[in-house]
Amino acid sequence: MFLNQFLLLAAILFCIGVYGVLARKNGVLVLMSIELILNSVNINLVAFGAYWHVNDMANVTGQVFALFVIAVAAAEVGVGLALVLLIYRNRQSINIDDVDMLKG
Amino acid sequence: MFNIIDKVWIIPALMAASFLVILFFGKRWGTRVTAGIGIASVSICLILSVVVAGNWINRVNNPPTGAALAAEIVQANGLTPQTGKTIGEEINAATKDSGETVATDSQSASGESHASEAGAYGGEHESVPPVVRTVTWFQIGGLQFEMGTLVDGLAAMMLITVCIISLLVHIYSTEYLRGDVRFTHYYAFLSLFTASMLFYVLSSNTLQMLVGWELVGVCSFGLIGHWWEEKKNTDAALKAFLTNRVGDIGLILGVIITFFAAGGSSFNVLHLNEYALSGNANTALLLIGALCLFGGVTSKSGQFPLHTWLPDAMAGPTPVSALIHAATMVVAGVYLIARLYGVFFSGLAIGSSTFHYVAFIGGFTTIIGGLLAFVQTDLKKVLAYSTISQLGYMVMALGVGAWTAGVFHLFTHAFFKACLFLGAGSVAHACHHSFDMREMGGLRKKMPVTHATFLVATLALAGIFPLAGFWSKDEILAGSANGQENAYTIMLIFGLITAFLTAAYMGRAYWMTFWGKYRGHAHPHESPKVITVPLIILAGCAVVLGFTNFPKSFFGFKLPGSFTTRFEHFVEPTFAFPAIQHAPFTPWLAIASTILAAGGLFVAYQYFEKNRGPHGLTSRSKIAHAGYTFLENKYYLDNLYTGVIAGSTTGPLARAANWFNQNIIDGVVNGIGNGARKIAGVVYVFADQIIIDGAVNGSGQGSEGAGQLLRKIQTGKVQQYASILFAGAVVLAGVLVFVV
Repeated sequence: MFLNQFLLLAAILFCIGVYGVLARKNGVLVLMSIELILNSVNINLVAFGAYWHVNDMANVTGQVFALFVIAVAAAEVGVGLALVLLIYRNRQSINIDDVDMLKG
Repeated sequence: MFNIIDKVWIIPALMAASFLVILFFGKRWGTRVTAGIGIASVSICLILSVVVAGNWINRVNNPPTGAALAAEIVQANGLTPQTGKTIGEEINAATKDSGETVATDSQSASGESHASEAGAYGGEHESVPPVVRTVTWFQIGGLQFEMGTLVDGLAAMMLITVCIISLLVHIYSTEYLRGDVRFTHYYAFLSLFTASMLFYVLSSNTLQMLVGWELVGVCSFGLIGHWWEEKKNTDAALKAFLTNRVGDIGLILGVIITFFAAGGSSFNVLHLNEYALSGNANTALLLIGALCLFGGVTSKSGQFPLHTWLPDAMAGPTPVSALIHAATMVVAGVYLIARLYGVFFSGLAIGSSTFHYVAFIGGFTTIIGGLLAFVQTDLKKVLAYSTISQLGYMVMALGVGAWTAGVFHLFTHAFFKACLFLGAGSVAHACHHSFDMREMGGLRKKMPVTHATFLVATLALAGIFPLAGFWSKDEILAGSANGQENAYTIMLIFGLITAFLTAAYMGRAYWMTFWGKYRGHAHPHESPKVITVPLIILAGCAVVLGFTNFPKSFFGFKLPGSFTTRFEHFVEPTFAFPAIQHAPFTPWLAIASTILAAGGLFVAYQYFEKNRGPHGLTSRSKIAHAGYTFLENKYYLDNLYTGVIAGSTTGPLARAANWFNQNIIDGVVNGIGNGARKIAGVVYVFADQIIIDGAVNGSGQGSEGAGQLLRKIQTGKVQQYASILFAGAVVLAGVLVFVV
């Protein structure tokens, strides 16, 4: 089995995600980009897990880790979407450049 | 028997407590309660003192022997037994002499005539160490300064004397100071004085004695100036205080010199005496120390030439004069000599000389005091000069080595002189508080009790047989006549002259006050019982106390040994004390002094009562007039002090002090000020402005600048933070990949 294509896919996804986090102004899209990053990590975890699983049938660490990441990402996106919702209620906007009240 | 001899600190502590209670609550509780507290406290003290004296007598009769004696000696600050004797020898002596106290036939053993052998009475007693209890006061430089009590016969005798007279004065004052504005203040001071005096007599070291000495001085000052509204009284108080300061310098120096002379390790009086009497004492240093200490005695006990404060001290209330300036405080100096007798004995070589400073000053003071008493018209001043004269007697007695005679005279004099003062107070109480004898006269019918007690005390002071003064004065004369190795002939002559003078001036005062016609304008009446009862008690003491030191052989009449010389037996120290000779009773001296005293009284009677003799001599003869003026001006000593010494020194001294003040002190002060200002300017510019402010401002500006720089990073834009985060992650990843 080849590990490379999975790693390449994950890298592309990660880069798209980072771009989305850094460049997009829409809060929801920033959250979606974070999901992309997390899922690229999940791909890596599952790919490595499968890779090691071939040699050692008892080794499911990668898969279990991926499940944990999915659970935590679900919680995170719940909180994140709630924040975005509240920001929208207060400002009628979800442009995260407007939310800079903590500047020094 | 109830034994409190090692807990005697209770006695002064009780009086101090009485002082504090009166001070804080006296005003609130009123005069009756105030006086009650004072009288109750002194009464308890008197009872305790009598118990202490009983304990001491018991101790002398059953002296500690063997291991107990050794333990006692060690307890008295680890001293070796006196005068080179070993403990064993002292114990032998103790057991050998113990038969005397049983008083069977020990007297017949020494039944041969004592008159011929002067030393027969010396050194017979067993050695009984005083009871010393000390606690550490403070520690400095590896030295332990202790504070404690020392009880021996002398201290016990003083305890009883002070307490009895203080008690009678407390009682007497309730009437004498009735309605006084500062009644509470007066009683508070009386309590404080009694406490201080008891503290002083119980002191175990010279440093503590110094404290007590100054405390009684302060009380004296406060009580002389009791009626301070009159300038005369405050002046008298100040004079007493300042004159005493002069002597106190000597006392302090003496305390320091004796401290270093004795090795610089202890102020303990036993230690000092022990050192002075040991063979290797530095007598030159001891002489200087003794003379310095005598400076203190000179002022406190009114010796020439610092006696001038004592007559002025009569400005205080009369009971105070009786207590402080006749019976107790002024004998503090005599007590000091008696207490440190080893130092004086060895320093002045009392044992081997025939003339020395202390004995001479004592003898000289007796005469000049006696002469001055003749020209006084104020009854109290007569008594004051008489006190000076009698104090001179005591000092002279101690100076010629007649320790017991001097202390015995202190004891008897305290009672009859207190009686005379209180009698004078009683007279003044009846005569509108005037002491002028020219306005008295004929009072014997109007004040019979006062008259009787005054007469008894006058006769006692004059030394008429068998009153107290006869015995003590005769012992002093015998002591001077016999001396130690050589007779003190000059002192004997002084003493005999004074015996005549004393009788004469007391006769003058007595006849002027109580006989003839009443010359005043008041309506004299006998004083109430509160005043007369103390007088009667004191007069009784003046009659009987002389017998406490009844000689062993009185014109061939001999009492059993347990009745003679009891005072000497119990009061004279036997530990760390020089081996002095005791003069036996000398019949010819007793007869001579009695004749002189009777002659003095007779002359006074003829001259002042019968108006015979060379009256008007002072107006006829220039020499007599000059003498009278000389006496009236008190030998010009006051003029010497205030006019010549103080006057000539204060003017130039003030100018010199002013110049010194203006030029030197002000110069120094201004110089320091200006210098300080200049330095401050430099410091302000360089240190303060540049360095300190620079540092403070710099740190502020630095942090502000850093803040200004860093705040640009904190934009509040989440994505900028995220990009920095990712940049950091990239750097970290790079490090991990390429470096590690």
